[in-house]
Amino acid sequence: SQQVRGMATLRMISIRLKSVKNIQKITQSMKMVSAAKYTKAERELKLARPYGIGAQEFYKKAEVKDEEGEKGQLIIAVSSDRGLCGAVHSSIGRIVKTDIAANPNTKVVIVGDKVRNILQRLYAKNIAMVVTEVGRKPAVFGDAALVAQSIINSGIEFSKGKILFNAFRTVVSFRTTEMPLYSQNAVANASKLPVYDSLDSDVIQSYTEFSLASLLFYSMKENATSEQSSRMTAMDNASKNAGEMIDKLTMTFNRTRQAVITRELIEIISGAAALETKN
Amino acid sequence: MERMALTRSALRLFSGRFTQACQVRGYADAPSMSLTFAAPSQVLYNNISVKQIDVPSFSGSFGILPAHVPTLAVLKPGVVTVFENDGSTKKFFVSSGTVTINEDSTVQLLAEEAVPVDTLDISAAKELLAQSQSQLASASSEVAKAEAEISIEVSEALVKACE
Repeated sequence: SQQVRGMATLRMISIRLKSVKNIQKITQSMKMVSAAKYTKAERELKLARPYGIGAQEFYKKAEVKDEEGEKGQLIIAVSSDRGLCGAVHSSIGRIVKTDIAANPNTKVVIVGDKVRNILQRLYAKNIAMVVTEVGRKPAVFGDAALVAQSIINSGIEFSKGKILFNAFRTVVSFRTTEMPLYSQNAVANASKLPVYDSLDSDVIQSYTEFSLASLLFYSMKENATSEQSSRMTAMDNASKNAGEMIDKLTMTFNRTRQAVITRELIEIISGAAALETKN
Repeated sequence: MERMALTRSALRLFSGRFTQACQVRGYADAPSMSLTFAAPSQVLYNNISVKQIDVPSFSGSFGILPAHVPTLAVLKPGVVTVFENDGSTKKFFVSSGTVTINEDSTVQLLAEEAVPVDTLDISAAKELLAQSQSQLASASSEVAKAEAEISIEVSEALVKACE
């Protein structure tokens, strides 16, 4: 029975070894795909950065502040539909949760399924809108414009607003950042607004609407780059871990195989010796 | 005595004109402005000092010089002309966007689409115009009509830019 157990264990080990080797192949290929997508995303981000930074300048220079009011907070959480990318989605989900706990009068617009899954259980009633089919292809301005238009059409009102996303720093690091969003009233009441000449409410409305789309586009680009680089790192770590498991399992496999052979030899030899002594 | 008075008044006149001339010179020495002209997928100017920018906006086309009064404007489909410090001029066609002029003479020109005018193909622009006009004719809803009118406005501006 020990012999049988040896063979059975051997089979189990070899099945496990095969499956870990397959997983390693999969994670390695996912890493390659992410590396290619990351290169493209980083290139597009570099071209989008002046646009994104330029879009925030007015609000800084005009010293726009959040509206004094009770209309609540709007958070636009930027993530995507795909996982296996490290802490990218969970870091956003965590911050939204603490924010809602601090101000219950918060509405969240979620871009991407992953953060929706995180928030669905406890904060479903704070979710105003969810955008899906995000992350498969790189974002273009038209996508951001569509989301911005839906937000405007839904008539959400807010006194304080922000876009929550992961700003890309380096291949191995990203930072969860927020960009402030200001309502039209906040802009109209900005301390330095009188400095700006010949502004009517039409111009302010068009300006804030266009800048919502621009800021959203920029945050999507930053987030996409962070996501791809994070996925690359995560898959690389997974491949390395799988490699370690394969080494350990191979060692165990060989040891078990040799033990089985040794046991068979012992039984044969002791059987032969028993026959000889009988004779 | 008379002569002194004459000289004194002459000096006063002369010095007045002189200070006026000084003031004019001072104004022209104002720091040039820093332009950031970008589209979502490309950067045309990133904090580059330029002499003048002509922009087409819904409140009229205007030229921006250093120390222009701060303002915001919405861009109309048309041509943006940038006069660089070395004297060269570059023209770009923009579809839409916004322009911000701040107190410190920094200008952010954010265009949805911006292309150099010499890359435009006039026959393609005329074709687009014909297409948009037929779209307007066959438009049924208000939204479709508005979209067709926007398309016509852009293609007319495109054709004009090519000429």
